[in-house]
Amino acid sequence: MIQVLAFYLFAVLTIASGAVTILARNPVHSVLWLILAFFNAAGLMVLAGAEFIAMLLVIVYVGAVAVLFLFVVMMLDIDFAELRAGFVKNFPLGMLVAVVLLAEIVLGIGAYRAGALQLGTPDGTAISPAGVTNIAAIGALLYGRYLFLFEASGMILLVAMIGAIVLTHRQRSDTRGQNIARQIGRRPDEATVNVKPEIGQGVKL
Amino acid sequence: MIGIEHYVVVSSILFVLGVLGIFLNRKNIIVILMAIELILLAVNLNLVAFSAFLHDLTGQIFAMFVLTVAAGEAAIGLAILVIYFRSRGTIAVDDVNRMKG
Repeated sequence: MIQVLAFYLFAVLTIASGAVTILARNPVHSVLWLILAFFNAAGLMVLAGAEFIAMLLVIVYVGAVAVLFLFVVMMLDIDFAELRAGFVKNFPLGMLVAVVLLAEIVLGIGAYRAGALQLGTPDGTAISPAGVTNIAAIGALLYGRYLFLFEASGMILLVAMIGAIVLTHRQRSDTRGQNIARQIGRRPDEATVNVKPEIGQGVKL
Repeated sequence: MIGIEHYVVVSSILFVLGVLGIFLNRKNIIVILMAIELILLAVNLNLVAFSAFLHDLTGQIFAMFVLTVAAGEAAIGLAILVIYFRSRGTIAVDDVNRMKG
């Protein structure tokens, strides 16, 4: 009983906050509602027994992506009222596309209820073993069978990181940065001089 | 009793909401990026639900890869947004076709 209650709570909150995300006037509010949607989706995943993915969702999305969105929304000085100008004009087309998509999915689910297709069953190589926690089973699979995919996703993150840095980095003309080549090229004999000043004459620099 | 259909319905509604968000906020690229995140969340929910339904962990592994790509996409998208805003002073996507490429 409690599972049914929790499922409906999480499901309703996920869908409601997703709807407010796309309808909110202020993008800052949109980001905050998006965070709520991610939290509740994580709840749904915990309910399905995928606690590792759920925690990952909270850490990666709420901790990193949503904060990144929040930074960008607050950093840019944008007139959001002007950007909403086409909202009413786009509404009929958007609703049409949404209704068509939803009808297709409802049709699919209805057809599934009428009699499922025989798509075969999983071969059992990735079965979740009894007595092993979710995270241990995922780890064994990730570092074994899907090792190359795992490495490839690491490469994707590296490329994304370098790309983001290269795109947004700029050389400012009004600051004095560090010139590493000049620092390393400096030698002691040309950097310092030994002088024997006369009294009352001062030194020439 | 909660079955796979319940999860599929929730994730499909979330997916449709994401697509609707792209259409409704055609000018505001920040909200478009958020709508794409919603779509990817719906896909992840579907993958996890079927993984639990079939007792096969492959769905959860691939949900993780989707998560990775979504994070990279958000970082690159927001970086492009920032440099676009720097050069134009606006983020209205109507006039992105300035280059006529």
